[in-house]
Parts: sequence; structure tokens; C-alpha cells
Amino acid sequence: MIIPHPLLGPRDAAEFVYKGDATLIDRPDGLTASDDEMHDYAYLRDNPAGRHRELWYHEQGDRSWLVVTRDTRTHEILKVELARDVARAAGRAR
Amino acid sequence: MRYSAWNIFKQGLTGNKGWTRAWRDATPKADYDIVIVGGGGHGLATAYYLAKEFGLTNVAVVEKGWLGSGNIGRNTTIIRSNYLLEGNQPFYELSLKLWEGLEQDFNYNAMVSQRGILNLIHSDPQRDAFVRRGNAMQLSGADAEILDRDRLKKMCPFLDFENARFPVQGAIWQPRGGTVRHDAVAWGYARGADARGVDIIQNCEVTGFVMDGGACKGVETTRGTIRAEKVAVCVAGSSGRVMDMAGMRLPIESHVLQAFVSEGLKPVIPGVITFGAGHFYVSQSDKGGLVFGGDIDGYNSYAQRGNLPVVEDVCEGGMAIMPMIGRARLLRMWGGLMDMSMDGSPFIDKTHISGLYFNGGWCYGGFKATPASGFCYAHLLATDRPHETAAQYRLDRFRRGVPIDEKGQGAQPNLH
Amino acid sequence: MSQQNRIEGGQIDRSKTLKFQWNGRWMSGYPGDTLASALMANGVRLVGRSFKCHRPRGIFSAGSEEPNALVQLRNGAAQEPNTRATTVELFDGLSATSQNHRGSLDWDLMAVNDVAAPFLSAGFYYKTFMWPKAFWEKLYEPVIRASAGLGRLSMKADPDVYDHGYLHCDLLVIGAGPTGLAAALAAGRAGARVILADEDFRPGGRLNAETYAVDGSAGSHWAGMAVVELSAMENIRLLTRTTVFGAYDHGIYGAIEKRTDHLADSRGKPRQVLWRIYSKRALLAAGAIERSIAFGNNDRPGIMLAGSVRTYVNRFGATPGQRVAVFTNNEDGLRTALDLRAKGIQVTTLDARKGDRIVDTRGRKGIRQALLADGRNLAVDCIAVSGGWSPTVALTCHHRGRPMWRDDIAGFVPGGELPPGLTVAGAANGTMTLGACLRDGHAKGAALAAELGAAGSTGDGPLAEDETFDITPFWHVTEARPRAWVDLQNDVTTKDLKQSRQEGFRSVEHLKRYTTLGMATDQGKTSNVLGLAVMAELDGHPIAETGTTIFRPPYTPVAIGAFAGRARGTDFRPYRLTPSHAWALENGADFVEAGLWLRAQWFKRPGEQGWRDSVDREAAAVRRSVGVCDVTTLGKIDIQGRDAAEFLNHIYANPFLKLPVGRVRYGLMLREDGVAYDDGTTARLSEHHFVMTTTTANAGTVFRNLEFARQCLWPDLDVHLISTTDAWAQFAVAGPNSRALLQKVVDDLDLSNAAFPFMACTNCTVFDGTPARVFRISFSGELAYEVAVPARFGGSMIRGLMAAGEEFGVVPYGTEALGVLRIEKGHPAGNELNGQTTARNLGLGGMVSKTKDAIGSKLSERAGMNRDDDLCLVGFKPKDRSVLLTAGAHFLTPGDPEDMAHDQGWMTSVAYSPELGHSVGLGFLKRGDSRIGETLRAYSPVRNQDTMVEVCSAHHIDPEGARQRG
Repeated sequence: MIIPHPLLGPRDAAEFVYKGDATLIDRPDGLTASDDEMHDYAYLRDNPAGRHRELWYHEQGDRSWLVVTRDTRTHEILKVELARDVARAAGRAR
Repeated sequence: MRYSAWNIFKQGLTGNKGWTRAWRDATPKADYDIVIVGGGGHGLATAYYLAKEFGLTNVAVVEKGWLGSGNIGRNTTIIRSNYLLEGNQPFYELSLKLWEGLEQDFNYNAMVSQRGILNLIHSDPQRDAFVRRGNAMQLSGADAEILDRDRLKKMCPFLDFENARFPVQGAIWQPRGGTVRHDAVAWGYARGADARGVDIIQNCEVTGFVMDGGACKGVETTRGTIRAEKVAVCVAGSSGRVMDMAGMRLPIESHVLQAFVSEGLKPVIPGVITFGAGHFYVSQSDKGGLVFGGDIDGYNSYAQRGNLPVVEDVCEGGMAIMPMIGRARLLRMWGGLMDMSMDGSPFIDKTHISGLYFNGGWCYGGFKATPASGFCYAHLLATDRPHETAAQYRLDRFRRGVPIDEKGQGAQPNLH
Repeated sequence: MSQQNRIEGGQIDRSKTLKFQWNGRWMSGYPGDTLASALMANGVRLVGRSFKCHRPRGIFSAGSEEPNALVQLRNGAAQEPNTRATTVELFDGLSATSQNHRGSLDWDLMAVNDVAAPFLSAGFYYKTFMWPKAFWEKLYEPVIRASAGLGRLSMKADPDVYDHGYLHCDLLVIGAGPTGLAAALAAGRAGARVILADEDFRPGGRLNAETYAVDGSAGSHWAGMAVVELSAMENIRLLTRTTVFGAYDHGIYGAIEKRTDHLADSRGKPRQVLWRIYSKRALLAAGAIERSIAFGNNDRPGIMLAGSVRTYVNRFGATPGQRVAVFTNNEDGLRTALDLRAKGIQVTTLDARKGDRIVDTRGRKGIRQALLADGRNLAVDCIAVSGGWSPTVALTCHHRGRPMWRDDIAGFVPGGELPPGLTVAGAANGTMTLGACLRDGHAKGAALAAELGAAGSTGDGPLAEDETFDITPFWHVTEARPRAWVDLQNDVTTKDLKQSRQEGFRSVEHLKRYTTLGMATDQGKTSNVLGLAVMAELDGHPIAETGTTIFRPPYTPVAIGAFAGRARGTDFRPYRLTPSHAWALENGADFVEAGLWLRAQWFKRPGEQGWRDSVDREAAAVRRSVGVCDVTTLGKIDIQGRDAAEFLNHIYANPFLKLPVGRVRYGLMLREDGVAYDDGTTARLSEHHFVMTTTTANAGTVFRNLEFARQCLWPDLDVHLISTTDAWAQFAVAGPNSRALLQKVVDDLDLSNAAFPFMACTNCTVFDGTPARVFRISFSGELAYEVAVPARFGGSMIRGLMAAGEEFGVVPYGTEALGVLRIEKGHPAGNELNGQTTARNLGLGGMVSKTKDAIGSKLSERAGMNRDDDLCLVGFKPKDRSVLLTAGAHFLTPGDPEDMAHDQGWMTSVAYSPELGHSVGLGFLKRGDSRIGETLRAYSPVRNQDTMVEVCSAHHIDPEGARQRG
């Protein structure tokens, strides 16, 4: 696979490490989250046959975490964003 | 029709014209006691044991494609019970015991071949871990031995003992491990279930669940509505996709695992060999092909095909331990869909929806688990109580904080 | 032996003779020959045996689709089983032998299987060999396995090397037949960067095998001229002997180029290169493959594909026989008759469209006679069969696209979802005549170039006439009573298909799996469509409804060694060497793999008998005086920024906000699921500057997880990370004399307890100005320091430390002594931090802060991880102090039965303690903290050991920690 890195252009997927469902960005605060919220965050995943938003880490590159939107049936890559931008857009800060 | 040497002889003399269908091509009835979703190994085994052990025969197995088109037909055929944890070991040992009596039980030669499985040791910490595992296996009544380098060398002189990047120091050996002809398992169970009255319905895709007052009362399919008291989902690889129709998010990701077979070769590999310092395991089929595999591709996928980097990685592992296979040619590669769970262990459980049962999350362990998975799922469906060996395969185990994590990798499915 | 079947013409070089050996007999051929054509020229007809029935087999085709002529090529370690004689270029001195027979090829004892064939019908093995139960493994299977397989491995390491390479192009053209050449010319002229790959050593495809004219000259001549033009273009790369075997994601194709297979000796050059080709577009011009017709005993040597007969006659100047019958259902077969007659060979044409039928044949080791339905018996030495051509759609299926049936050409054409960017042209797309193929190739090459922005002139496309194409599907001579083969290698006959259907294995996938149709080394290239057609006929369905199985990579089998490339032997993975590696080598170190690292595990001194002598000496010397150990492999992460402390407070389970500048703290990391993950020390060098150490094993993943936390979880914290594992050489200096030693080394730094207490850290210089960092931390429990210098000074640093320590009798110590010291001290390491244990298990539960949000702390509170009977890390010593403990033993209460229900835990780590004079262990024990003093069994049946042990504190030495603070 080839991942079009938003900063570095097309890069071979072998340069990246895969983490999984991008909802892993949406970590609840450990002090205030309920047991269920923390469980669901850590263990339940979106797993669609189709468009999937997922986290990739450019380990052999610039060490960016990316949110890649990819079709899990065809492996077609539809969108790639810097995960930090996604996190900030989702309201994450400090 | 009973299969026997006599029947083969008789049929051989009369032009093999008298063989009858291995199973009926059933059309769905309007309702059943139990509908099993998924005509793979586990689904068919479930149907077989429901009929045989619990006398429940008003049962249908519905399959989207052709029978056995899932992972039962796309794996590397290994059986073993070399598990460490108490939540797993007894279950896989039950499975191995069922394998050992399977062919006589269902009158089908699935070529259960217990030529042993070796996991190679390359470091002291690895030996410590394998000794712990071997002891746990023996404590559970399974067989395990630790082989030193010399004994291993006698057994597998072709391993690279001289020039390896990660020197081979020994192995843990389970003599009762081995291989089984995978397709035959599906066919044997199908034939056995069918003979006892189970309807096996191919080309019948489930498109939704029939819900009635919060309870599941059947399935909508491409061949019409089929009502049932209990719906038993058994579609590992596609669990996420199917359970989504019931609104469930699962502790499971779907991944692709590639497997490989070489051209036919005269026998060279005694049993199953697993490389302990890379991603490679291999056995040799009765036809002579080296059947081998390694790691999953590592990203969510429903594509049933993988990419080149893993092919290279697996072959590197093979060449690292047995450089004599370099001139053997890789004949076919294929990808199977794995339900990779959050702790590497499966689920056989009721769901929070009344009438809806779930079996999945098998990771790489699915094939070897086929008999016990069917047996325990049938037990759950028939009695509404988990079988004692599958008692820890609950969907709520993460909520309770009791994962069954053989590899110690945590909630990162592609590392299990 | 004379080349009795050599005829005039062909693209071989008769000026030079090549000698080769077949089953020990010397024969001759010419450059340009394949092994198959040379064997044919020499009159060899029987070349192999089929898989199941061991039926005699001859050459069937002239390409990579060959199911029969599989040989063992070369000798010794280079022996290559299952090699298609049809794709082996002849070289001087070539040696090949036949395979899969017991006894000689002529008199194969296993041919008895053929007599028993009625009892070996489809799936027979599923129905028997079950009684008595034990006999399968003891008798049946060994017998079956003994006769399984085709060729033989040498069992010696592959002597050749293989390379991997990466290529990039605008357009990959797959196949250099008429279509591919026309396409590459058009795209190349337009200016596109083109790679043209073909499996053959001579580009041209069918043009080399036919007598057609292109642009007014012989097709093979035109192909040669096209190659000349392409070779002159800088934007074209022509790869011959290169098979594109797989279509992967995003325009990546896998290809294998044979580099030295055609040479007698590779002279150390790579035998093959595995290319990953990154393309913007690809054009599949792989042509088509001919198929047979099922008639009685249609598998004998001398029965061949008609198009292949033309290949041998026209391209190789070799004829398979002198009296040939052509059996065809299409116009193409008739051309074979014309071409043969032009060479003076006697031909009888049998046209299925006109009602001709062959029902049976005679000739055990080579065809002698064809028996026709009309009662005629023809004396023949070759039957050229054409059942039509199947487009080579394999690559179009690699993304699981399913081919579609086209009645007009009686073949499957590409269908379903093709790999994105792939276009198909020519015969592979169902365009079955030459003129049309050239036009299609030119047009598509031009269009793709234009799409890619190459705007140059594509020139005129080549012109040729369109030959007549007329096929009337005819698959199976139903009048035939004997077995009629569909899959020649796997011995699948029409009877097997019938029986399979009878037993309900009707879906194409079941048919394939039950009968093994198309699962031989040719992957069904010549048999699949015939099998499906016969099945459809039996079902009374159109073929379109029966459907087809799909092809998977690789298109043709690829050597495992080629996939592995150079990653084998000691080059399997790179080595990481510590900065003191060269010094350690000079000083008797024995090394051990730690991930990719090589670490010194002990330093052998003269007179020491075994590793224990060395390790005991090293460990004792540390406790007595001072030792030095290279700890560079521990992960090091530099953390800077205004919010660095807050960041670390999220990462570690224990508090880090208030760590003072100049101090180090032990930190415990959890995974988000609450399980203990990694530990190490983190030093605060200045207000906004921390240096973290991780375990060697987790150095990479901890860094990754920190970046995740930084970028995704707390993106606005001002914190920056860099991995400095390789940037700093770090040494542990441990033992009562460590202060005295190090004081000699540091410049202007007071190491006294008051000025630099336990857990202090600082930047400094050593040896007159070399930048350094000193941390007062201890893994051994002794007074100890770690000192780090830029990695380039690592080699001098170890020498300097050893020289400075001479007066104290300093020793270098390796990982084994390091292990002894930490086990004595009760520090957890990899065997304890195994990803399954919690802080509570490790006795570190109190470290997990409840007042801050750190990764993993919330989920570590779950009930299942806080049970009363939880495992606790405790120490063990043998009741009989002379006994050595071993790791992996399980604990049992004496008197309890030996089963998992009574399992109390297990021994994680053991060592012989020279300090205490007996073996000590660490292990996890249920409720261990409340069982100190209890006696247990350490039970290890796999090692035949059963030892009584006493539970004790994990801190075997100095439990109060006085020494490290001293």
C-alpha cells in the first residue's frame, strides 16, 4: 500500500505502524470517566466493511500520527490527515 | 451412505456410479428452533453437536456463499493445545481430544495427523516462558516436552544450527499437535449434521435480525425471513459486519492473515515447526506442499488478500531457519479474514439481546478450535449455560478485568 | 544422440552446439532452445509421471502453463525440483532428471496406482483409512506421504543469492507479445516512462511462434525491430525473463526477474531479482492460453496443445512427431495443420465442428494410435489438440475480481473489480485476432500515455491482417468410455467431475477442492476452463452460470528464496552493536541477542571452565568492589518543553509533576488496559528537560506511545520528544568502589553522598571536557552510577573507566551478572514484566496514583485485577541449599494434586547468588505477600524437576536499600 502523507507525499505503507480505529483519539479523562466509558474506549472498535478511519504512525519517517480514511474492502485510501489536527478539531487540547 | 473401504471397493468395481450426495441442498423452512449464521467449520460443528449431543435437529445453518467458504477453507490446518492460560488450555485440550476421535465419530477421514508441533527456542527468557507453558500444559493433562539442541537436531537436522542470526537452542514439543485436512472437516461435519436432519442452506446471506420486543427471533436473509427461537452467529472474520446489524460494537477487529503453499515436494518436514524469533510456521501436507504462514498484514481489512511486505517477511523467516527451501517455489498465497480480539482469545457467549448468541474472536486459533467451539457453542445453545472449558470466553471479561492474554500485548489486536 | 526431430527454421542459433544431460544421457541442442524443445528435437517423448496415477507424461505446452514436463534441474545444493522444461533456457552442461517415480522413469513402480485407479476416485481418501483408528498415523499416512509430492529438495542450503529491487514507472506493460509491444511503442514514443515485462527470454510472444506478417514482414522480425526501437528509448525499461506475478494495492506489482538461471554458473551474481514495481497505470497484455479437449486417454506423451506444436515447429525448429493428428474445435487448430505441412510433416485434421471425434488412444509411453468414433484407427506419434484459447486473466483476479464468460470466444474475460489502474488489452481481454490485438495495444498504450500527460506523437500503429476466428465450443467426447483427463498433473478426469457432482460438490469451489482440479503447480492454466465447462455440461447450465474460481498470486510459482532475498543466515536481521562492542570482543566477551542488539553476556577469563565461573566472578566483584556494564541498549528518550512534567505525569502511573531538577525517579508505565507495561528511570536535568530510560525491549514502542499521547491525546501540551538511544553510550558503574572510580573520571563534580545523593543526576564533563551525564541509580542494589557520553566517545569511555578502575580491581560485567544482581535485589525485568502482570502483582500497586489521569490507571482498578488471591512477586530459595532452582516451575502446596486447579503460580527468574552461596528465585505466587516462610513444591515436570522451596522476600539482598544510598 501507499499512504499519501499530508506533509511528505506518497510513502510506502511499510514505513508506518498501524494502531487501529481512530476513535482511540477520543480518550475520556481517567479521573472523570465512568467504568463503561473507559471500557468502551479501550476495548470496543469500529470495524466496518467499508470506510474506516484509522491511526497510522510514520515510524520510519517523520513520526507523525495520521488519521487515514481507507476502505477496508478495497484498501482504497480516501483521505489522510494529521492526527494532531483531528484531535484538536475534536476539542482535545492539554 | 456409510463410507468404508468396502464401499470404495464396491463402487470402484461399478464405475463409482452409486455415490450419493454428501449432504442435501436444503431450502429454508419458515422457522427453526435454532438458526446458525455461518456455514463454516464452527457453524457446522455446532450444528453437528447440537444434533448428536443434544438431540436438537430442528436447526438450520445459513451460509452466505458456499459451505466452508470462510476460514475453514483458508487456513494452515494446524491443531495443537499448547496454550498457557487456564482460560484457554482446557478448551484447546478438549478440542484436541475431539480431533483425536473425530473421524470415527463422523465417519469421514479428515486426515487428522498428529505428527507433532515444535516451537523453536532462541533465548533464555524464551526457554523460561516455554518451560512455564510446558508445565502448565502437563498440569492440565496435555502433553509437552522441552527438547534440547541435540534432540532437536536429531529430529530436524535441516534447521540452520550453524549460521543463524538467532541461534536455535531447542524447542517445546507437543507430540499430539499436528495437522488436519481442513476442507474435509467442513464436509464431514456437514454430512454428519445433515444426516441427523439439520438443514444446510447455502447461498443464503443474512441481511438483518428479526427483532421482536427487544428479543431476537430470527434472521432476514436473501432467501426470505427465517424465524427461530435462537439465533447463533458464528461468522469469525465478519463478526464486526454481522453484529453491526444488531447494533453491537465488538472488542474485535477484522484483519487479513495470508497463508502460503509451495509446489508439491517429497516429504521433508516431520510435523509443524514454528520459528521463535520471526514470523514463520510450516508443515507439509500429505500431498507434499509446504503449508506455511506468518504474521497478519496488520491493518483492518475485509479484502481477503494481503500485500507483498508480509510475503517477504514470512519467506525471510522460512529461509532463516531452513535455508534448504530456497529453491522450492511458492505456488499459491491467499488471505483469510481474522476476528482479532482485544486479548487474542475468543468469545462463546450470549449477547445482551435475548435469543442472540455470539461465537467469534478466534484470531489465528480458529481452525484448531473447531470441534470444541462447536461442542461448547452447542452446549450453550442447548442449555443456556457455558460449557466448563469455555466459561471464560465471555463478552464482559474486559469490563470485569479478566482478559485472557496469552501474548501479553493488551488491547492491540494486531499484536496478538 | 542425433537430433532426430530437428527440422529447419526457427529462432535458434545453429552455429553453436550446446551439450546437456537428461537422466544421465548426453544430448545436444542450440542456443535459443528450451530444455523442452531440445528434448523434443532429440526424440524424447516420456519426460515425467503424473501426480496420483503415475501415468507417463510428455511435453504438453511450450510455456509456463506446462503441467507435465516438470524436471529436477541441476545437481547438488542447486537442485531445483518441479522446474518446467518448457521455460528452461538451454545452457551448455545443463543437467536435468525426471521426478516422481520409484525405479526408473520408464518403469515406475508407482504406476500400480493407475491399475488401482477405479478405487482412487475423487475424494476416495475421505471415505476410508479410518479403521482401525491407530492405523492412520502408523500405516496409511506414512504410505500416502511416502508417495506424495513431486520433486525433491536437495536438503542443502540454497547456494544462490537473491536481490530485491524497487522500480517506478508511469505505465507497466505486462507481456511483450504483439499487444504489449504495440502498447509500449505507443506509450514510449509519447514520452511516458514505461516498463515492459515479459516472462520469456525472447520478446514477441505468439509472434515468434506463428507465421503471421506484421507491417509486411515476418511477425518475429517485426517483434525484433520493435525491441530495437524500445531499447533505444531512455524512458523504456524492457525486462525480459521477468514474470509479473501479482497485483497488489495502489498500483504495486510484484515481478520476478531471472538473472542467471540461463547460465551454467551464476558466478556469485544474484540468481533472481524480486522487483516491486510502483506504477501509475498498468496494461495487462498477457495473451491467452490454449486448452485441451477431454477424450479417452488424452493424456499420453505426444498429445499436446496445437498452438504449442506450432511454437516448437516455427520457433524452435523441432517437431513433436512425423505423423500428426490435429484435433480441434476452432480455426486456430487448422493453422497447425498448415504450418506442419509447410514443414513437410504428415497431418490428419480432425475437426470437432464437423463431427470428428477421438474416443481413445493407444501407446503407453508415447501415443501410437488414435481411435475415432467413426471406427477409424490412425497411426500417429502426436496429437495436436485445440479446445480454444482462454484469456490470461490471472492478474485481473488478484483483487478478487471474478471473470465473466463470453460465448463468442468461448472464454472467460476480465470481470468484476480489477486492480485500480489496470487496463487489459489484446487476447487477455478477449481480442482474439492479431490485427485487432495490435490495434488494441496501440490504442490503449496511446490513451494511457495521454492520461498520464505524455503528449508526444505515438506514431502509426503496426498493421496485420485479422485471421479467421471461429470457435464452436466442444469440450468433451462423451462417446469416450475410457478416462478422459481434465487436469493432467493431478489426474482429474471427467469421471471424477461426474462423481463430484453426484456427491453434491457442485459449486466451482467445492469441485476444485474435492477433485483437486486446478490445484497443481500450473494452477489450472490449461485445465480450469475445461473442467468448468464439463461441469456445466453435466449440470445442463450455461458456463456463465456455473462461474469460475479465481486466480491468486503468484501467476507462476516463485522461489521462496527470491521472496526472502538477502535476509537469511546471519543477515536475517541487522545487528545493533553497543559502543563498547569492539572493546568487549577484545576482552573475551561472549555475546547474546537482545532483540536486534548483541550484548556481552559475560567476559571469560583464562582458567574459567564454564559460564558460571565467569558470571559468579563478575557478580561477586560488583558486590565486593566495582564493575562496569554497558547499558546503552536501554531506550533513551529526550523530553523537552514547558509542559514536559505534566506530560510525564500522564505517562507514568506514579507522580512526576514535582520531581526536582537534578533528581531521578523510578517510573512505572501501564498500558491503557491497566497492565504493567514498562519501567525505567526518568531524570530531570533542568526545569523543562527530562531524560527517560525504557527497557531495551520496549524502547521503540514506548517512544511510539509517547508520540501518540503527545499528538493525539494532549495535542496542545508544549512538549517535544526525540529518541536518543543510539546517541548516548551509557555505562553502569556499580559496587562499593564505584564512587571512588567515577570521582577519578569526572571533571569538577563532587560525588560525595551529600553533594550527589542517591537518585541525583547532572550534566557534567569527564576526562577533561568530554560532555557527559551522570545519574546515581542502581539496578544491582549497590552504590552505583550510570554515566553517559555521546556515543562516539563510548569506545574510549569504556577504556577510560577500566583504566581508572584498575586500582580497585574493576571488572566488566555482562548481562548474566546483571541478571544475577537484579534477581538478588528483587528488581523485576522482562520475565516479570511480561505484559500479563499488574502493578499489584509486581508489588508496585502503591505507585499507581489515584489523583491524576495517567494512562492505564483507571482500568487498573477493575475488580478482576484486584482480587484477594492475586499473584504477588516474592522470592524463593531452595530448602536444600545445594539444589539449583529453574525458571518456569509451577508452585504447588505440598500434598496437593498436580493439576491446574491447584496451581499456585510460577517461578519467573532464577540465579545462583555467589553472595548468598545458593540459588535464588523470583516468582509470582497467589497471595504471595502473606506466605513468606511457607514451604512449597517448585514443580517442573518438563524438566523432571521437583524441588522444595521456601517463600521469602523478593529482596534477597539488602532489603532496606542501605547500600545504594551509602
